[in-house]
Amino acid sequence: MSASTPQTKRWPFIIPLLVIAALVGIFGKRLSDVSKGADPHLLPTALLNTPFPEFDLVALPGREPGFVTSELKGEVSLVNVWGSWCVACLAEHPFLMTLKRENTVAIHGIAWRDAPEASLQWLEKHGDPYTRIGQDPRSVAAISLGVTGAPETFVVDQAGIIRYKQVGPITPEVWQTTLAPLIAQLKK
Amino acid sequence: MKHLLIIIAALSFSFGAVAVQPDERLADPALELRAREVSKALRCVVCQNETIDDSSAELARDMRILVRDRISGGDSNEQVLSFMVQRYGDFVLLKPRMNAETLLLWFGPLLVLIIGAIMTAQRLRKPASVGPAALNESEAKELKSLTRPETRP
Repeated sequence: MSASTPQTKRWPFIIPLLVIAALVGIFGKRLSDVSKGADPHLLPTALLNTPFPEFDLVALPGREPGFVTSELKGEVSLVNVWGSWCVACLAEHPFLMTLKRENTVAIHGIAWRDAPEASLQWLEKHGDPYTRIGQDPRSVAAISLGVTGAPETFVVDQAGIIRYKQVGPITPEVWQTTLAPLIAQLKK
Repeated sequence: MKHLLIIIAALSFSFGAVAVQPDERLADPALELRAREVSKALRCVVCQNETIDDSSAELARDMRILVRDRISGGDSNEQVLSFMVQRYGDFVLLKPRMNAETLLLWFGPLLVLIIGAIMTAQRLRKPASVGPAALNESEAKELKSLTRPETRP
């Protein structure tokens, strides 16, 4: 005698399998992105296309001018958050000096969580590519900019609007592929 | 029993390690309490799995101070949280807000529960109508031969 077969549909049992397959796909994609060099700590830039927050940051002693947001208007500029304690900033620094020599774009600095003497010594030793530098000893500006680490560099347009945030050092590659085309376009 | 009570008492009077330094605290206890509440809702952006209230990172400390500055300056808890979200995005909140992006996150479990309930209900309703298939001709014959009345030997 043959066993009786239940008449219920079998298709719903495929659902869990499909869900697992989808999850494996999503996680697998992310893992392969990270292994290819995507930074898992990178956060989305919340401030993109919004005005650069208003600050009036004190200058380093004997090195005027300080950083005032309203002074940014009228030209495309880079605002670089750095510190003398920051190793990646040192790696980026020669390229900022090159940009300064070629007079490509105005570069301003925010000296983040740094002793003013340490900042000044660092600039003396490695060169000073900045037009304006403001001190940010208590991260007031850094937090208002959504900064999570140094260096971070903001591209600000003539109207004072943030157009891009570069997290990590500006390398010649980043410059050529991303920043230079963007700045050229903003200058039009 | 006595030992157990002592252990329970000791545990209930202990406090978790707190990263807030004495010099950060606000003089007004009511405001300080609010600052703690807000700090517990904010993620430390350099450590990612701690609140800024728990974190000993320098940036977390500066964020705690900024939270206190804004609360002292008259901001509501919600305004302080909004300020941080504006800078760091929804990521900075440990409890995600409800919006188009997080809809699935909030209602996904409910959706799965509903689908499961529908499937279960369907299965429970079916079995009454499902019985064994009728016997075919040869099976009927075999059954008949087995159950034929006994003849006297």
